[in-house]
Amino acid sequence: MTAVAVDPAGVYTLRLADDCLVLSHRLGQWSSRAPTLEEDVALTNIALDLLGQGRAMYARTAELDGTWRSEDAYAYLRDERDFVNCLLVEQENGDFAATIVRQLLYSTYQLEVWRALSDSPDAQVAAIAAKAVKEVIYHLDHATQWTLRLGDGTEESHRRMQTALDHLWPYTAELFESDEVTRDLVERGQAADPERLRAAWDVSVDRVLHDATLERPSASWAPTGGRRGLHTESFGYMVAEMQHLHRAHPGASW
Amino acid sequence: MVSDVEQIRRVAAEVVDPEIPVLTIDDLGILREVRVDGAGHVDVDITPTYSGCPALDVIRADVARSVRDAGYPDVKVNVVLSPAWTTDWMSDIARRKLHDYGIAPPRERDAHMTLLKLAVECPLCGSAHTSEVSHFGSTPCQALLRCAGCAEPFPHFKEH
Repeated sequence: MTAVAVDPAGVYTLRLADDCLVLSHRLGQWSSRAPTLEEDVALTNIALDLLGQGRAMYARTAELDGTWRSEDAYAYLRDERDFVNCLLVEQENGDFAATIVRQLLYSTYQLEVWRALSDSPDAQVAAIAAKAVKEVIYHLDHATQWTLRLGDGTEESHRRMQTALDHLWPYTAELFESDEVTRDLVERGQAADPERLRAAWDVSVDRVLHDATLERPSASWAPTGGRRGLHTESFGYMVAEMQHLHRAHPGASW
Repeated sequence: MVSDVEQIRRVAAEVVDPEIPVLTIDDLGILREVRVDGAGHVDVDITPTYSGCPALDVIRADVARSVRDAGYPDVKVNVVLSPAWTTDWMSDIARRKLHDYGIAPPRERDAHMTLLKLAVECPLCGSAHTSEVSHFGSTPCQALLRCAGCAEPFPHFKEH
């Protein structure tokens, strides 16, 4: 199935929905593998919130792109190239430090996006966003607390956090890209303005990194393409795993 | 004589939360509105506590079944997101029921925002010497705490 969305509003909601689904699936991969039982519960709770937000955004996308597809059709019946999530959320879990850094970088961004969309003229998106804001505040708090503890922790925890930060940092550039979809929608108040997002994100992330004694990496390469369906290598494997049951047993439900 | 709307609301209000069965969806503030049109078509609006609450599908089915069983076969249960659910919609009776069930009830949200240090009281021994173990618990709406008084862990229905 190729991407059929034409209304830029539907492309934008699909991007955010895919971010939610993909990050939810990555976090779900921690189930039964987290360092402590409490973290197992925390990471999967966050995954559940994201799945709920993603489902609501797929439902809205189906109306905007006019395909009236089911949520399952978006999740299970599109191929890798049809997903338009950002590259950051698809990065492999790595160690616990890498997952926490990914959470910090993405939750900071996501919170600002949902805040901006709470005022969207699209009443459905505004309702989804207003509800999601309350949830992502918890996600960001969770990531912040761990970043402080591990960054300003032992020599080894600090080393792992800085390594994860250096590895994931390049993927954040993509979050603030403008393209024809966002430019049109920002004017209509239906998308978060990437430039304003960047400013708010910088302030918030810098403060946490400073308090955690971590060094903000300098800008290096800036991989991109997720919003156009061009993904990193591990994503295809993740999609295959995620879709396997549904593809093997079409229409499976319980 | 009670109206159809009152009758349906009464029936729907008795549906319990599958994860915290001492509370009804009315106690929780999940049941929002009941409407009946001239043709007898019933709309029931419910709202999720959290976006991904897995209990919602069960609640939705339970509400539809209850209303049908009460003699209203043409019923549709809608999920509405706005205004976003808040624990402020929980009644005092609901808070009491939670406490008696062993879950520390949510505090008033305004009080929570201004008095961040206000301790959650242990529902088992009443001690205020409690601390949060994890902000995430056995359901999306609960956190996990422990009590220094009786040394027991307990869930807290967190302010939202």
